[in-house]
Amino acid sequence: MLHLVNKSPFERRSMESCLRFAAKGSAILLYEDGVVAGLKGTAFADLALGMAKHYRVYALVPDLAARGFSESQLVEGITPVGYDGFVDLVAENGPVQSWV
Amino acid sequence: MSDTEDDASAKKFMFLTRKAPHGTIYAHEILEAMLICGAYEQDITALFIDDGVYCLKKGQDTKAINIKNFAKAYGAMDGYDIEKVYVDKSSMEARGLTPKDLMLDVEVKTAEEIGRLMEEQDVIITG
Repeated sequence: MLHLVNKSPFERRSMESCLRFAAKGSAILLYEDGVVAGLKGTAFADLALGMAKHYRVYALVPDLAARGFSESQLVEGITPVGYDGFVDLVAENGPVQSWV
Repeated sequence: MSDTEDDASAKKFMFLTRKAPHGTIYAHEILEAMLICGAYEQDITALFIDDGVYCLKKGQDTKAINIKNFAKAYGAMDGYDIEKVYVDKSSMEARGLTPKDLMLDVEVKTAEEIGRLMEEQDVIITG
């Protein structure tokens, strides 16, 4: 299945809730303010690295760009995607849970 | 005239941004209110803490999310004599940011200094 996280981990607990429940191997897409959860050099970078080992983790590039970040600033193991990739993830991964 | 500190009619306003840009409207609304207030020559302090520090990140490009890049208007602050621009040290560190990553010249303050700055204000407008 696909989990969607659109809130900053600094402000909300939605990413941590997602990780508490998501079955290993499922897909997690970070978008909107959620993209900062995937960045290198932050207090959540280790969590993001661990997440990328157990899940298929993606981050939406247009939301990174809007916030002044590039895909090269994502921690290792997170796959950058565009809107077309977002649609593919929804189409290919069964149920979708939005951790809004 | 920019000597608002000497103007007895000027109040001390703090505009405090705590949210990241683009995901919600809070940061944009605070900026607009601050620029309007600036037009009235008030004594303004702009403070960015928590995810608010992301608002000043250089290189924001919102074309692909198809919304207006309001963050460009932070550059207008100088034109309204808004020169006291502060960011929280630990908020910056937690996000791996340094002043070089930001689009404005800012002064980095500790939480204790920020607490005192808050005490000095007549009005704090926040979101």
